Amino acid sequence: MLMLMKQVLTKGICTEPPPKVTDAWHIDGAHMQDSILALLGRALTIRHIDAGSCNGCELEIHALNNPYYNLEGCGIKFVASPRHADMLLVTGPVARNMQIAVKRAYDATPDPKLVVAVGDCGCTGGIFGESYASCGRVANVIPVNVAIPGCPPPPLEILRGILSAVTSTHR
Amino acid sequence: MTQSDLQFGLLAGAMPVRVATATEAQWTSTAQAFADARHRLVALWGSDRRDAGEGFVVVAAYAAPDGLACVRLPISSEPPEYPALSTRYPSAVRMQRALFDLLGVRARSIDDEMSVDQRPWLRHAAWPADFFPLRRDTERVLNLDARQEHYPFVVVAGDGVHEIPVGPIHAGIIEPGHFRFSIVGEKVLRLEERLGYVHKGIDKLFDGMTLSEGHRLAGRVSGDSTVAYAWAYAMAAEAVTRCTVPSRAEWVRALLLERERVANHLGDLGALGNDAGLAFGLAQFSRLREQWLRLNGEVFGHRLLMDCIVPGGVATDPDASAIVQIRQQCIDIEKEVLRLRAIYDEHAGLQDRFQTAGIVTPELAARLGLCGLAGRASGQAYDLRVDFPRPPYDGLGVKLAFDTRGDVAARVAVRFDELIESLRLIRLIGDELPDGQVRCSLPSIDGDSFGVGWVEGWRGELMVALEADASGQVRRCHCHDPSWQNWPLLEHAVLDNIVPDFPLINKSFNLTYSGHDL
Repeated sequence: MLMLMKQVLTKGICTEPPPKVTDAWHIDGAHMQDSILALLGRALTIRHIDAGSCNGCELEIHALNNPYYNLEGCGIKFVASPRHADMLLVTGPVARNMQIAVKRAYDATPDPKLVVAVGDCGCTGGIFGESYASCGRVANVIPVNVAIPGCPPPPLEILRGILSAVTSTHR
Repeated sequence: MTQSDLQFGLLAGAMPVRVATATEAQWTSTAQAFADARHRLVALWGSDRRDAGEGFVVVAAYAAPDGLACVRLPISSEPPEYPALSTRYPSAVRMQRALFDLLGVRARSIDDEMSVDQRPWLRHAAWPADFFPLRRDTERVLNLDARQEHYPFVVVAGDGVHEIPVGPIHAGIIEPGHFRFSIVGEKVLRLEERLGYVHKGIDKLFDGMTLSEGHRLAGRVSGDSTVAYAWAYAMAAEAVTRCTVPSRAEWVRALLLERERVANHLGDLGALGNDAGLAFGLAQFSRLREQWLRLNGEVFGHRLLMDCIVPGGVATDPDASAIVQIRQQCIDIEKEVLRLRAIYDEHAGLQDRFQTAGIVTPELAARLGLCGLAGRASGQAYDLRVDFPRPPYDGLGVKLAFDTRGDVAARVAVRFDELIESLRLIRLIGDELPDGQVRCSLPSIDGDSFGVGWVEGWRGELMVALEADASGQVRRCHCHDPSWQNWPLLEHAVLDNIVPDFPLINKSFNLTYSGHDL
């Protein structure tokens, strides 16, 4: 236990300080806080759905919860059920075998709801496109508010996309 | 080759791969002989070669002491059938089901006592039962509408027994699949997996690609193993074209593969701590993983190292200053990992959750074919880097990580050992990286040909089998993930454990869905 305490104390907090005011991220961050308070109350809750991803996007979404990005510190939390969610964060092309599950999760999410498609596959179908096994982009199956390009998009880009979705709704 | 009358021919390529064409009788007797000699079944797949006059061909790849032995069986019967391997190799069951779903070639029981599971595996109700995507006379069909269908799970009956269905969408940030638990109280009596939800038709997509572009798709079979798949694909493409890759490129590839292993082990060790209730572990290890990925981005241009390996070499060449950075990071991370390991080891609450949870005994592991990292934690001492060391591994002296306990604690210990070993290997590669070119262009090929890539990814041995035509296009490319072997063992590992331990046990295997569903 001593070693554990020592590790906690010596490593301290590595969450990166908010960028300077000139930095676009800071502006987005400010929008988000206002928007969340105005629109959603105290926090934004996200239900992640892998609709057919290669798992690359999931790895980068995971990274959002590491101490550097500290997503929960922004008041954004991943939840276990679409019924608890304000936003669906959907990765991958929609595999045909996932089509029904994705539609049902969308229907189970209470209004007002936002959908953010993550990654080239979510945006366009990506390298997998449309086929007997793939419905292509997420928007082919459920309505999408924001689509974040990248293969996979790095954590900051995913954060930017989440914030953009909230901001555009606010306006 | 032991007790097989087949004549195997050695293929070109970096790894020792042999091929033989069998009759039905030889197919079955070889399977029996190999099973008796405890050769592992690595993969089973099929190909439509009716246009080449061979009918449908099914291929089984076995790991023998002298390399990979591929046994081909051309099929002329109608409807097309072949003798099942699942009687000898239980891990073949799902591969046989998938082979039928994609190619319409059915496994026939060879034993009146044992029936063959004929339920669909990758095909849910999203496309018709008479549509076989890998048949070359099948057009791609669009605008199919998904329907619900009944899937006959095995039902457990008895006083107080009930079912918990989980998925396909899971509660965390993970891939989709369905788990059907039959439980009494909190105890798991049976787990049945149903996978295939993220089937994207990858095998079909390869069809018609040029040899020099397929690595991008192979690198997206499973995002956490992008280096391993891209290397296996490149190895297969280089075997097909008889391309010799510059030495420096092989060293950089090994550097990338070990960096991928470290990144995944760092992520898993944190997640395993978290799943056992130690959030501290997740915070610390995910901090280290982020540092690791950031250096990947700086030096190689991609945090997960996608598209860094290309047929003919690598698309990235670290300079001297990058190597210094990489070496220093290994030293720094090693210090921290050793400290965190000591913390994990002395944490009573954590060890209480880890030890004796999700046991796969070495006997069961050998019988059902558990492989890779999970296999090494259950007494299966196989690692391609050790068993068939090719440059640069032949000069690095990779130390095999090994445990026989077969529980979550053993899979954690193997991860720690491999992580430390990979950090050593990366430093060594940095010291001895030869100068020179890192890429050459693929020579053109002079006819229909076949090549195999076989790589020890972080999860285990994965294989890419490639058929190319004379014009340099991919005819058929099959990617095989070790998760095919290991998913069924998870069903065994969880027996008699309590439901709340399932996420921990599942994470300790950390199998891929996408790499399995293809």
